[in-house]
Amino acid sequence: MPIDTYQKVILPLLGAAGVLVVWAIVSATLAPDLPSPLRTWQESRRYILDPFFKDGEMNQGMGRLAFYSLVRVGKGFALALAIGTPIGFLLGLSRRFHQSFDPIVQFMRPISPLAWLPLGLVIFQKSEPAAIFTIALCAMWPTVINTAVGVRSISQDYLNVGRVLKLSRTTTLRRIVIPATLPYVFTGYRLSLGLAWLVIVASEMLTGTPGVGGFLWQEYNSLVYSHIILSVLTIGAIGFVLDRLMGLVEARVRIS
Amino acid sequence: MAYLEVRGLRKSYRARGGVTPVLGGVDLTLDEGEFVAVVGYSGSGKTTLVSLIAGLVTPDAGEIRLDGAPVTEPGPERGIVFQQYSLLPWLSVRSNVALAVDAVNPTLPASARRRLTDELIALVNLTPAAWKRPRELSGGMRQRVAVARGLAMQPKLLLMDEPFSALDALTRATLQDELLRIWGERRTTVMLITNDVDEAILLADRIYPMTPGPNAVLGPAIEVGLPRPRPRRHMSLEPAYQKARQALVEFLRGRSRLASTAGHPREPRPRAPIQ
Ligand SMILES: Nc1ncnc2c1ncn2[C@@H]1O[C@H](COP(=O)(O)OP(=O)(O)OP(=O)(O)O)[C@@H](O)[C@H]1O
Ligand SMILES: [Mg+2]
Repeated sequence: MPIDTYQKVILPLLGAAGVLVVWAIVSATLAPDLPSPLRTWQESRRYILDPFFKDGEMNQGMGRLAFYSLVRVGKGFALALAIGTPIGFLLGLSRRFHQSFDPIVQFMRPISPLAWLPLGLVIFQKSEPAAIFTIALCAMWPTVINTAVGVRSISQDYLNVGRVLKLSRTTTLRRIVIPATLPYVFTGYRLSLGLAWLVIVASEMLTGTPGVGGFLWQEYNSLVYSHIILSVLTIGAIGFVLDRLMGLVEARVRIS
Repeated sequence: MAYLEVRGLRKSYRARGGVTPVLGGVDLTLDEGEFVAVVGYSGSGKTTLVSLIAGLVTPDAGEIRLDGAPVTEPGPERGIVFQQYSLLPWLSVRSNVALAVDAVNPTLPASARRRLTDELIALVNLTPAAWKRPRELSGGMRQRVAVARGLAMQPKLLLMDEPFSALDALTRATLQDELLRIWGERRTTVMLITNDVDEAILLADRIYPMTPGPNAVLGPAIEVGLPRPRPRRHMSLEPAYQKARQALVEFLRGRSRLASTAGHPREPRPRAPIQ
């Protein structure tokens, strides 16, 4: 067997099997309410094998629920980038802007989505815009901070080229500052997307909107515990795929 | 008054560890169309001198005038080939050169600017690699791009900071010959920084030796009495070559011995000329 398949396929499968065994043992001994792997699969099969069925607002295939969540995350993430990228550039470019707003950034960064969401509901009166507001507000910080750091770590050598050529401010920004910062910006985007996905679940749980997180909370209230596990696994899988996709984009930017 | 006049130039760098006095009163003149070299040991302050003339760094004291006008800020009329090349890695060879062409000729129509760019790339023999990124180039090719960009600034004075010192001996010889050819065609006023005595003699009309720092100064200029064009072969046997070399090495060694008694040991490293 080639060593590569061993390391990349066999070992991860062994790890997953190990987790399944522990899960089965725990559900059989310590936590009788926790559904076993087999029961989880039996009760969740339809949601995975027929991912787009719709029996009601909250009873839909995982494909549909994930789609709702992804659309919401997409909107919040786009808003986070649209606000966060320019703020990051301003923080990096202008000393005065940095002195004025860096303390606020450091202050807002650690605030949990759970704290923003009620405020969003107060401001927007509807759960959908409140959720997007929360996602954007929580997810934008890695973009802000990475962009600012990227601008400030541009090599003086590149800036000197612009100075000798007497490039205008806009040309310097377009031809030197932005391209030099791009790898940092995209690292920020990847981290922001991860955060946005973390926040979506919390905000759906709190607002009860249809989506993976909303489904999870409803099934908890209906005592269908196997569907909680189904939701958790779906959230993990989608988060993993999103991170990998953004990783590919990031790698492309880094090379050029 | 000379084309480039540098008078009493002083520069120290202040850092947390204290003050490093780098240049201690540098005097230098260049005539229009002249090729002058500055030779000195590593760390003596050559890049600092170039940055001052380029206007990238402000002097503590002294004066720089080019064509009568005092130098206060950077500008393309003092074109520069950086020691570490400083090519923009996200731009192709062509775009790196075009950036300078476009910056210096904003009123020219786009087609004329394109033609200028193509000419410069052809001049440094990079036409086949014009669409490559800097990271896909060899060291010698990167060096050529840097020269093309320096020339693209259509400078009154071209500052070249150790342009060949990062290259292997064979490539260096090829590029020295190319530089001689280009200079023969364009007659740009050039100030070449180097740590290689033989390179200075091969290329320059006059050579300023620089004392090892701190507080480096330039010694009296040494005229290279060799006729042009200068064939590389047998040149080291010419009496004029021997004379210039001896004068330079003597000055540099003497100064380095003085410096070493002052607690700054430095050994000269003479290099055999490439035949
Ligand atoms: N930005 C800076 N801040 C502080 N010290 C500096 C700075 N730039 C250069 N120096 C110091 O000034 C001295 C001269 O440096 P410089 O780069 O001018 O030397 P150089 O002759 O160009 O050397 P090399 O041949 O190795 O390129 C060195 O001691 C260096 O440590
Ligand atoms: Mg140097």
